Amino acid sequence: MNNRWLYSIPLAIFCVLGIYLGIGLTLDPKQLPNMLDGQPVPAFDLPPIKDRGAKGFASTDLEGDVTLVNIFGSWCVACRTEHPYLMKLKEQGAVPIHGIDWREEDPDAGPRWLKRFGDPYTLVGDDPRSKAAIAFGVTGAPETFLVDQKGVIRYKHIGPVNDEVWKEVLQPLIQQLRRNGSQTGGQKGGS
Amino acid sequence: MTAELGHFTLILALCVALVQAVFPLVGAARDNEVWMGLARPTAMFQFLLVAISFGCLTHLYVTSDFSVLNVASNSNTAMPMLYKISGVWGNHEGSLLLWVLILAIFGAAVAAFGRNLPPALRARVLSVQSMIAVGFYLFMLFTSNPFERLFPAPINGRELNPLLQDPGLAFHPPMLYLGYVGFSMAFSFAIAALIEGRVDAAWARWVRPWTMAAWCFLTGGITLGSWWAYYELGWGGWWYWDPVENASFMPWLAGTALLHSATVVEKRDSLKGWTVLLAIITFSLSLLGTFLVRSGVLTSVHAFATDPTRGVFILMLLIVVIGGSLALYAFRAPKLVSSGLFQPISREGALLFNNLVMTTAAAAVLLGTLYPLFLDAIGGGKVSVGPPFFNAVFIPIMIPMIAAMAFGPLLNWKRGDLVAAFGQLKLAAILGLVALAATYMWQTDGPIFATLGMGLAVWLAVGTLTELAGRARLFSAPAGAWGRFRRMPRASWGMVLGHFGLALAIAGMAGAGGWTKESIQTMHPGEKVELAGYEFTFDGASEGQGPNYTAIVGKFTVRKGGDEIAKLVAEKRNYPIGGMPTTEAGIETRLAGDLYAVIGDPEGEDGAYVTRLYFNPLVVWMWIGAMVMVFGGVLSLTDRRYRVGAPKRSRAGAAVAAGA
Repeated sequence: MNNRWLYSIPLAIFCVLGIYLGIGLTLDPKQLPNMLDGQPVPAFDLPPIKDRGAKGFASTDLEGDVTLVNIFGSWCVACRTEHPYLMKLKEQGAVPIHGIDWREEDPDAGPRWLKRFGDPYTLVGDDPRSKAAIAFGVTGAPETFLVDQKGVIRYKHIGPVNDEVWKEVLQPLIQQLRRNGSQTGGQKGGS
Repeated sequence: MTAELGHFTLILALCVALVQAVFPLVGAARDNEVWMGLARPTAMFQFLLVAISFGCLTHLYVTSDFSVLNVASNSNTAMPMLYKISGVWGNHEGSLLLWVLILAIFGAAVAAFGRNLPPALRARVLSVQSMIAVGFYLFMLFTSNPFERLFPAPINGRELNPLLQDPGLAFHPPMLYLGYVGFSMAFSFAIAALIEGRVDAAWARWVRPWTMAAWCFLTGGITLGSWWAYYELGWGGWWYWDPVENASFMPWLAGTALLHSATVVEKRDSLKGWTVLLAIITFSLSLLGTFLVRSGVLTSVHAFATDPTRGVFILMLLIVVIGGSLALYAFRAPKLVSSGLFQPISREGALLFNNLVMTTAAAAVLLGTLYPLFLDAIGGGKVSVGPPFFNAVFIPIMIPMIAAMAFGPLLNWKRGDLVAAFGQLKLAAILGLVALAATYMWQTDGPIFATLGMGLAVWLAVGTLTELAGRARLFSAPAGAWGRFRRMPRASWGMVLGHFGLALAIAGMAGAGGWTKESIQTMHPGEKVELAGYEFTFDGASEGQGPNYTAIVGKFTVRKGGDEIAKLVAEKRNYPIGGMPTTEAGIETRLAGDLYAVIGDPEGEDGAYVTRLYFNPLVVWMWIGAMVMVFGGVLSLTDRRYRVGAPKRSRAGAAVAAGA
């Protein structure tokens, strides 16, 4: 009976699937430290998106204050769930948020999306060809990078930012960075 | 004490489940009646223990006992009672408890109603059921204990995710789980049959009602979830191909295939190995769905608390259950000999075609859902596949199946006549083409799939009615047609309703998918917006207050041709504890389409608001179609031939139906 082996095909397929699922578990992006932590942001200079004036978004804009850089796209469902929370952060004036509008096929889609759901961003750069996104090592949208006063990446969050992530991770880090920043600033001023 | 009692009964349930898993199976192998006889009382006892445990957790929620971590994280005193109760399963730990409760209910049902099952088969089925339960008990007790205490206890709890505080979603998880877990019955029967090395018509007659019941629940659950997404997320859409949605859709596709192939096993003694494989696949996809949702390997809109140790545990469980059953299948399935032979053009052939399409579709959805994971695993970076992939792949797969669906019931068993069947379907073909042409002329801007969908919906609806009319000889002998309608087996009515309901649902999906009109703007009170021939007037917004939220309540009046036809009330709620807004769309449902309004943020100081207005054509037909499908399933469950405890007398009835 040579077709006996046919009955093993489902098992074989499942084995392959199981291996991938296993690798997938170890790769859980939320659990991995970001390779860029402690590195300066990669150099980029993105053009603006439509209806947002002539100012785009470049790596040089990131020096001065602690900022969040949020990767989003109008095609990304998870970004929509994240969006109200970013709006809330903007209302609170918690931290400047810059956006990178990633992989839009239609140049009007991003501006329309921001018009529809609100615009939480200070600066927005258009990145349809993933120029900045690749440099940042973006694996998916939404992703949010915490950048300090010197333009160094301090933290990377994969997935939507929500109340839990904000209160437990981002806010304490921002407070700490701001404290350190003002201290070093003060020392400089004093010397 | 209640928490400890719940925890303790859960541990006891694990012990009982171990007994139920081991002794009946060994007893069946050794022909030891006493050991086999243990299966029924242990199944009953296990159900009792899990029910007590579940009752304890419910009691903790109802009394707001915040010394229990699970309650404190998901409930607070301000929440209405309905959501305190639905909070029990609105979280990871509690939903697992619901999972094992339903599993135990099904086990107890086999024990209670399965008197006429062969004792060895019953013992094996209950043993396999219990093995699954053991896996889940261990998972709960080691990684997800719902009764964990919290010290010191907080004054008040956090909150159930506001998005879940909704009547539709309160009942969505139990329905879905009744579906998922219901397929475990087909699975247990399949494994028992593999162990015995025998699949026959009696086996299929046993499997079908359980599969049918699970299918009805799953269809209902998916519909509820989709309906919820439609009115609660406020994006005007109803299906997002989100991993969590796909997780429930894959077992549905495979389960639908199983339902059809089990018919062939029962009536024609054919496709046995395939049916057993489908039973395993269907339940495996249910488990895989649980893994995907619970382990956090895929990010989704529906964010559950995720924990890598849980992911590892579920993966182990998957490997043992699915890998083990497929290995058993590889060894034993070659022994399942089918006697019924058939031509490719035949009822069996049509059902097999349905099976192949459904499993291909399930595989496509699985591929799309896991593709980001595969790519990630080989270092290709993470990608978002999204609706474009699914629409491009899934819809073309389904088109030939819908086209063939009208033929299937008209073909004879063993050898069918395609030309004669097409002769009967002329009317359906003509009306389908007319609908296609009319839609194409009338709506020039929609996607081609939507136009095609309208044509196929009419083709399938008319084709199904043609088959019904032909069966009762409505036109050739109208005098006795009424009597023949009434004597038609309920299972046949179930088939007719199932197919007809799908036709309605396709029309709804095509309409809503193809020609939704949308308008986003800032509106001042009194301002009018024209959309799809309707005039929406914004009547202003006011502040409102719910039990645990504040809300902006926006009112709209809709007129058509000057006559007022609807008033819409849309809310934007803010839940201060969770710090999260939700939208409640204002919807007026009409047969031609839904008027749908969403209120956004205030704009300026003069009472202006951002508003989103939609006209969603034919949406209601999707829900009606799904309800008709479920009703058909329930109707065929009440068929005498399916009814538990009446397998012997049905032989004559089955023969008549098979010949019809």
